[in-house]
Amino acid sequence: MVNWFRSAATMALSLALVGSAGAAEKMKVGFVYVGPVGDFGYSYQHDLGRQYLQQQMGDQVETTFLENVPETDSGRAFEQLARSGHKLVIGTSFGFMYPELKIAKSFPNVKFEHATGYKRSPNLSTYSARFYEGRYIIGQIAAKMSKAGVVGYVGSFPIPEVVSGIDAFMLGAQSVRPDMKVKIVWVNSWFDPGKEADAAKALLAQGVDIIAQHTDSAAPLQEAEKAGKLGFGQSSDMSRFAPKAILTSIEDNWGDYYVGETKAVMDGSWASKDTWGGLAAGMVKMGPYVNMPDDVKKMAEDTEAAIKSGKLVPFKGPITKQDGTVAVKDGEVMPDKEILGLNWYVKGIDDKVPQ
Amino acid sequence: MRLDLQARAAPSRTIAIAGPILALLAAMLIGAAVVALLGKSPAEAFMAYFVAPLSESWSLQALAVKASPLILIAVGLSFCFRANLWNIGAEGQFTVGGLAGGWLALATRDGAYQGTFGGWWILPAMLVLGAMGGVLYALIPAILRVTLGVSEILSSLMLVYIAGYGLDYLVRGPWRDPQGFNFPVTANFDPEATLPSLIADGRLHAGILLTVVAVLLAGLVLSRGMFGFEVRLFGTAPKAARFAGFSERALTLAVFAISGGLAGLAGIAEVSGQIGQLQPSISPGYGFTAIIVAFLGRLSPFGIVLAGLVLALTYIGGEGAQVSMKLPLDLTGAFQGVLLMCVLAADVFTRYRVRLVREA
Amino acid sequence: MNPDFVQLVLITVVTAATPLAIAAIGELVAERAGVLNLGVEGMMIVGASVGFAAAYLSDSTLLGALAGTVSGVAMAGLFAFLVIGLAANQVASGLALTILGGGLSGLIGAGFVGQKRTAAPSLSIPGLTDLPGFGRLVFGQDMFVYAGIALIAAVAYGLARTRAGLTLRAVGDNHQSAHVLGFPVLRIRLLAVLFGGGCAGLAGSYLSLAYTPFWSPGMTAGRGWIALALVVFASWRPWRVLAGALLFGGATVLQLHAQALGVGLPGQLLSAVPYLATVLALVLLSWRNRRGAAAPAMLGAPFIADR
Repeated sequence: MVNWFRSAATMALSLALVGSAGAAEKMKVGFVYVGPVGDFGYSYQHDLGRQYLQQQMGDQVETTFLENVPETDSGRAFEQLARSGHKLVIGTSFGFMYPELKIAKSFPNVKFEHATGYKRSPNLSTYSARFYEGRYIIGQIAAKMSKAGVVGYVGSFPIPEVVSGIDAFMLGAQSVRPDMKVKIVWVNSWFDPGKEADAAKALLAQGVDIIAQHTDSAAPLQEAEKAGKLGFGQSSDMSRFAPKAILTSIEDNWGDYYVGETKAVMDGSWASKDTWGGLAAGMVKMGPYVNMPDDVKKMAEDTEAAIKSGKLVPFKGPITKQDGTVAVKDGEVMPDKEILGLNWYVKGIDDKVPQ
Repeated sequence: MRLDLQARAAPSRTIAIAGPILALLAAMLIGAAVVALLGKSPAEAFMAYFVAPLSESWSLQALAVKASPLILIAVGLSFCFRANLWNIGAEGQFTVGGLAGGWLALATRDGAYQGTFGGWWILPAMLVLGAMGGVLYALIPAILRVTLGVSEILSSLMLVYIAGYGLDYLVRGPWRDPQGFNFPVTANFDPEATLPSLIADGRLHAGILLTVVAVLLAGLVLSRGMFGFEVRLFGTAPKAARFAGFSERALTLAVFAISGGLAGLAGIAEVSGQIGQLQPSISPGYGFTAIIVAFLGRLSPFGIVLAGLVLALTYIGGEGAQVSMKLPLDLTGAFQGVLLMCVLAADVFTRYRVRLVREA
Repeated sequence: MNPDFVQLVLITVVTAATPLAIAAIGELVAERAGVLNLGVEGMMIVGASVGFAAAYLSDSTLLGALAGTVSGVAMAGLFAFLVIGLAANQVASGLALTILGGGLSGLIGAGFVGQKRTAAPSLSIPGLTDLPGFGRLVFGQDMFVYAGIALIAAVAYGLARTRAGLTLRAVGDNHQSAHVLGFPVLRIRLLAVLFGGGCAGLAGSYLSLAYTPFWSPGMTAGRGWIALALVVFASWRPWRVLAGALLFGGATVLQLHAQALGVGLPGQLLSAVPYLATVLALVLLSWRNRRGAAAPAMLGAPFIADR
């Protein structure tokens, strides 16, 4: 009886929706960013994705965003968007997880997407990008290009995403140069250009000749350029910040995903799921390979192609932990769940994960 | 040319009421000019900022939730400021309150210690702990002041950052959720440790009631009680207060304890009612904004309620304007700054006659 | 230890200390005149955005630094109008200035996100800059570093040795008697506050022109607040500002160097060092001087001439 009521109600509702969705009705898609769109890093890339969506879909969609939303205030931001007629609401920070989950429950007719989280519900999908695939490639490049044999790595926070990135970087590096070393400095911030620059300087003073980074600003790369050393871009193609130092960039590319999800909502095929796409899905893109000899470039391109085709899997065994225990047996592949919770270093990293 | 200020015998009542309204109008005019410069419609912006948030139940709830910690902290601060004592460390006391109460929530998680007594005592105990944490943290600058004469402005400000790093350390280290994939957050609180919603599925949580009670009590104490008189006397005529036999030490400690306690209470109410766990940051600057709210409200509980609501309105309206008009968030920040400056300027006119005089 | 390495470390300490020192020396002058301006962070961030914008448009670091300084002066002028002209509360006005600065800098800088410039050039004197061990440290910094040291020296000399400095201190210690003696209390305070704003603006433009040569919202990352702490830590003495800046800047940077060396230090504790040290300094100073005599006596109190 109750069920019958419910389906009748749903049917009435969907009829009403069809009725109101007149010819020129635009679908509204809303975004919630944790940082300012002007960070030229993480939030900026998501906003590029939004702009791409707008440009691809033209008159069919209207996009809005709320920037610099503190995690403690994000519930209100989601509610604001859900109530103002947005049919798809996208939160881009891990810290939004519980507030977004709660709002999603209250608005069953609105679809929600949450980046980098792990909680889903019938109208809340999660998505993230396998950035570690790109880090495997830059690890290989670094190992080929480093004369000192030591790379500097500027980290933000020792969360799994960053730790797995360091591991993938080293697995890549070791694949071409088994004795490769890495020095890691944590700045405990995603975005503090001054401190990131200081961290890069500290690493350069230790004799590293390549800087890799998992923080948002171009500051570490610029320090590498200033010192006449090499580095990698983060989030976007940062070559203009350091034309001589940059080797390549690991670019976030959310646009295609956003277009796909928006279309799915429009044609009714949207379903709650977890998407974790990498190079093959185009969510991670490599910037131009520059400032390196042709053979290194070739190697990087081959690796990129192999990862795309699935021939090469970065977290494929044998993988040994620092203490010598086998983490992944030969021929096996680390399950995604384990990568998402990674909190140990692979063998060859002479450091400890801060606890 | 210079400005000449002459003290009024008694603060002007007319200007006391007209002043803030004129200030708001002046700020709106400046804001409208900027909006027009950005090529958008000022009228539409006015609707988005000041009318739309007041027209729906949910946004009114959001308004109350946002204003509640601001008001609660500011009411406490008004005791300090009336006595001419400058506690600007409410942000730190808020944090310590959240930490102290949050500790209990984490310690009793998953039904721990609930066997014999049940879980009913956890929430009240958290609130008490939160308030106590705020009191103790606020007493540091107070004690330094009464014993050594250390400037409370500076010491209370420094303690804000120390509390912030303490929270950051605990959340990233010992208190991190073991099941949370290493992310820097604690586990979620149990329902027994969560302030309940007042409206089903709504944002309004029981923390609002604490604010209402605090405002009413403060109003009573400040207008009727002997203590309120003492506070005011110390602020306006410290010599007379000492002559009357009031203890400056006791008063300093008392007002700091009150303001710290309410800030701590606001902290645990926010953590328990709104966030539901501890995070590296639990406040978007409530403790600092509340200082401004206290001034906007002229240090009176009723005025503070109004000021807290107006400021919360600009936050929520600002979000609305981002959504409906694509106005940049920075515009809201700039507007808040301008509004505060206008009100501070207007305030002067209630106490002084201001004249522009040519240099003699 | 390798002298080149020591030099590299010291250079990073100097770079990290420079914005703190420049902003703090300006605030010191304002506070010695009796005005507490809590809006340093707001003035700095406006200086960073205006400085970058001007330098980008004019293609001149010098013009950028100048524009950043002027923007700081303008922000301080707004503050001065409130607290000196209208005797408004200094704590609230300073906080309002910080909020305004955050928003304003974002609006100004919005068009310059993702643009870059080359960093401000460093001094290079053939023969001297190449000296091993200390050449780059002493003779190879950018102009902001030398400007900062010159500013501190000038303020130290000015406060201690000149009539203007004496007057300024008199105003900060007892504005009533300074007024009775015929000193223009308000004008002196106005100039002191404007000087403070100029320094904060310059410090901000240092961040966006030399430290990390691009504009980004919120790039001051709390350095304005550390500068405020620094003034107290230095007990309102100019040369101690320099020493304190090196200590505070060093606390952050050395932590990073220690990590690079493979020594893990608790990051939060080291980040809290400036504030802990300041509280400690406050306590010690007050202990020695009884009744907080280290601070300018009129700090935070508005002056209204009664006639």
